[in-house]
Amino acid sequence: MKLDVQGLTVTFRIPGGVVRAVSEVSFQVRPGSCLALVGESGCGKSVLAHALLGLLPGNASVSGSAVLDGELDLVSAPPPVMARRVRGRRVGLIPQSPATHLTPVRTARAQLEEALRELGSTCDASSLAERFGLRPGDLDRYPHELSGGMAQRVANAIALAGDPGLLVADEPTSGLDRPLVERTMDELRSLCDEGRAVLLITHDLRAAERIADEFAIMYASRVVEIGSLEAPRHPYARGLVDAQPDRAFVPIPGTPPELTRLPSGCAFEPRCASAVPACSAVPAFDNGVACHVAS
Amino acid sequence: MLRADGITVRYGRRTVLDGLAFELEPGAIVGLAGPSGCGKSTLARVLALMLKPASGTVSVDGTAVRGWRQRAPRALRTGVALLYQQPRLAVDPRLTLRAIVAEPCAANRVTLDDGVFDRVGLTADLLTRRPHEVSDGQLQRACLARALAMRPRYLLCDEMTSMLDASTQALLVGVVRQYREESGAGVLAISHDDVLLRRWADETRPLHG
Repeated sequence: MKLDVQGLTVTFRIPGGVVRAVSEVSFQVRPGSCLALVGESGCGKSVLAHALLGLLPGNASVSGSAVLDGELDLVSAPPPVMARRVRGRRVGLIPQSPATHLTPVRTARAQLEEALRELGSTCDASSLAERFGLRPGDLDRYPHELSGGMAQRVANAIALAGDPGLLVADEPTSGLDRPLVERTMDELRSLCDEGRAVLLITHDLRAAERIADEFAIMYASRVVEIGSLEAPRHPYARGLVDAQPDRAFVPIPGTPPELTRLPSGCAFEPRCASAVPACSAVPAFDNGVACHVAS
Repeated sequence: MLRADGITVRYGRRTVLDGLAFELEPGAIVGLAGPSGCGKSTLARVLALMLKPASGTVSVDGTAVRGWRQRAPRALRTGVALLYQQPRLAVDPRLTLRAIVAEPCAANRVTLDDGVFDRVGLTADLLTRRPHEVSDGQLQRACLARALAMRPRYLLCDEMTSMLDASTQALLVGVVRQYREESGAGVLAISHDDVLLRRWADETRPLHG
């Protein structure tokens, strides 16, 4: 399933201002490939995920489009369509911290069977669980009796119960230890290799590098670069790569701007060492990068 | 020397630490690695005098600890600071960032040295905000400033950066390293990220649960 996002913008009206969480974001995710959306906390990447799932709160306004398979626009689809035909069936959500996503007072089996029943699936819970590396007996446990890895697999099984072609994984590894991060990533990759499109949202560059085909770097509500991270071109993308502990390990100076008070020009200009006068205007996204000085 | 001997901790019937000995020397940055659930955070809480072990002793610079939590003597408690993984769970949501950082000083009736804000890169406009108005990275900067406010002789960082992006991680680790250089404090760096510990710590010890 192919996702084509064009000019997606999300703003929130709050007392005393407007939050621009996503500004004119465009990207594509193809079947069988994984796009990693990377950026620091508060840059708008989770809001983007919620927009694709139709889960934004009432004070949000959305423009642009996010077209699935060239026929269904996730942005303009009415809520009943999103609820009955899209979520779980065509777009699956792999949640942040599966252990807290599951209902603590019900067994994994009860939750998986509920998902299958709601989706009208004929698949049975035990065989679905086996596909995700769980023994059928594991399903009779409560979430607190599952290890982090097993809880992750239950969450994956629920997300995939309706066989969606597009998976949105929102920080699926935050708070997990390294071996579990790697296992979660490898499982995500195998789902991708089955022909699903995967949008991986994370702040963990190293985890993303393990499985992503392409990276979209997000800064202050905008995607500033799309491509590989071997030779980043945008100064912010370069800074993020250099901040890795196995690279230069130096922070990017300064802090990101508030989403309520975005600068009128390039949002990275105040922190950028290579800024020039032209940076007082917002750079257009052209040929994979949005920067006046990128080579 | 922050020293623990024969530490045993049980949660219900589960023994998490069994007769563990651990030493943190002043001026050293010791990494502590191990899978989730092996007792890293439990050890940090014992060393910070926040959790009374079932048996075993802790001493801070030669003074044996007799009381735990609120019963720990003030001088010992302020000598060891603990920094948590999730800043949002570690602050009072009603306070401004400035009040959060100043909390330990207020409790000990000393004045806060404002230089601590510069040190962690918190700008003046952020100090009047409450936790819900700032990002995780900005809130963790405030928590680090709070941990450093009383100039502890030992700083325990429990997965300090695992929720944060690479740039904020590099910044906070740099602040901790610089504090160690200036003050000669001992630092315990707990993380499941070996790559990070190789860069951050002088040596790394494994912990087996």
